[in-house]
Amino acid sequence: MTGYKRIAQRNYYGKALVDIAADRSDVFVLDADLAGSTKTSEFLKVARDRFVECGIAEQNMIGVAAGLAASGKTVFASTFAIFATGRCWEQIRLAVAYPGLNVKIVATHSGISVGEDGASHQALEDIALMRALPNMTVISPADAYEAYRAVVAAAEWDGPVYIRMGRSEFPCVTEEDDIFVIGKAKVLRKGSDVTFIATGQMVSGCLEAAAKLEAEGISAEVVNMSTIKPLDRDTVLRSAEKTGCVVTAEEHSIIGGLGSAVAELLSEELPVPVKRIGTGDIFGESGSPDELFVKYNLTADDLAAAAKTVISRKESETE
Amino acid sequence: MECDVDGIKAKAEIMRSDIIEMTTSAGSGHPGGSLSAADFVAALYFNVMRHDPANPGWEDRDRFVLSKGHVAPVLYAALAESGYFPKEELATLRKLGSRLQGHPVRGKLPGVEMSTGSLGQGLSMACGIALAGKKDGKDYKTYCMLGDGELQSGQNWEAAMFASQFELGNLIAVVDRNRLQITGCTEETMSLEPLAEKWRSFGWNVIIIDGHNVKQILDACRKAGESKRNPVVIIMNTIKGKGVSFMEGNADFHGKVCNREEYSRATEELRKAIR
Repeated sequence: MTGYKRIAQRNYYGKALVDIAADRSDVFVLDADLAGSTKTSEFLKVARDRFVECGIAEQNMIGVAAGLAASGKTVFASTFAIFATGRCWEQIRLAVAYPGLNVKIVATHSGISVGEDGASHQALEDIALMRALPNMTVISPADAYEAYRAVVAAAEWDGPVYIRMGRSEFPCVTEEDDIFVIGKAKVLRKGSDVTFIATGQMVSGCLEAAAKLEAEGISAEVVNMSTIKPLDRDTVLRSAEKTGCVVTAEEHSIIGGLGSAVAELLSEELPVPVKRIGTGDIFGESGSPDELFVKYNLTADDLAAAAKTVISRKESETE
Repeated sequence: MECDVDGIKAKAEIMRSDIIEMTTSAGSGHPGGSLSAADFVAALYFNVMRHDPANPGWEDRDRFVLSKGHVAPVLYAALAESGYFPKEELATLRKLGSRLQGHPVRGKLPGVEMSTGSLGQGLSMACGIALAGKKDGKDYKTYCMLGDGELQSGQNWEAAMFASQFELGNLIAVVDRNRLQITGCTEETMSLEPLAEKWRSFGWNVIIIDGHNVKQILDACRKAGESKRNPVVIIMNTIKGKGVSFMEGNADFHGKVCNREEYSRATEELRKAIR
């Protein structure tokens, strides 16, 4: 997408940790041999004795995080999204989520845009895994600026939080000085014919799709749903009521993620035509992020086409 | 509340009796491993550990993480006997609405440090607690009780490496080596030997004792408490079901409770022991 500055979210994760480190001596940061990639290495530079290298042992890392949190610390634990949520899901469930401890799992390298490393490293299930856990708050920021604000908010939040970040540089669609509140979605563009509800870098794709649709005389609303759990029900219902049809967009499986959360809500409260854009019941593969977005139907063109589909379904239902 | 050797033995027998009472009343639970751990847990709560039942959140308390969470009854018996909650509440074990869940839950019952029950996780949690104590310059000790069968789980060995790397001399693990797991003998199910050598090779100091000899337990804990850099593991040889003749060495009582007739026999035997 053109016109936006592109920054990797994890760079701003590192920056946020450094800023937090200064006045929060209770903050500890744990990593599993990926500090250089997750950017927790920035924290290590300024607060070495509160950085804990756990080695390639994610299950133990979560247990250690829980023990530290039970001793009054606020703990950030980081690795790639697939390992953070998949390798140690049950450790997170028992040690962190059940007792509601102050552990913030910040995972980078989520989604198919991990690219060339292929399916083993492309977490397309992490939102589903974390969303299913009671007590867990799930955040998927749209860009680097929002990633920074989400990390700061998580440090203040009482209880477990999962924050999902990407590897590559995402277009910055929010402003650096925006206000971020956990559980509050933001309407980034107002529209009346269709609602895009998006998370992560798909927010920028939806803005691009909305611009394309505008050229065709279709007015699309774009909602940045950066907190997936708890879902901002009011914003979803208000927008769906206005436009009458919804497209969800996530760089994640359409099973269990944002699309599922929105569809669950709308099917019970306000059944309107919905189309979920994301990866299907399928693993990813190696390739450049751009190539993969085309192959797995995640582009702005795919989003615009989905919008037209739900609009026509809406119109055929009202006839 | 500090007891001497005879006092600890008496507490352990009371706890054994409580374990039989509460698991029989619950109709389910894990008496075998609770009984094998009773002497050590009694020694911790009535002599070794610095703790205050009136102030469970005391920052300087010694911590006890029960990694083998299925033996919750032995922990609950020790906590109730210490005065963390009324003894009558033991009768609510495993019942709807009870604070005495089938496996221990942090935040539900005073004195329970961590939620456990899924085997293999407690030592990692104990590492985090011990690390926090070290970073904060506190002198509390962290004790973690592990089942022997539990050591088949790989996360324990991740934690063992961690404790050694971070020189957690304030961490004391204890392995309840009763040699039985739900399927049968540990060595036939998935061999653990040579167990002491495994721990030593991970950088731990190893102390081997008879887990039903209270004097040996106290000596081992004192010696373990003197370690500066190395984490210490006490491997205590025990008998599953210890104290009730027909449960001793019987894998059936890993996860099975007494029927009416067995209950009468068990309570009769324990009554004699308490006298």
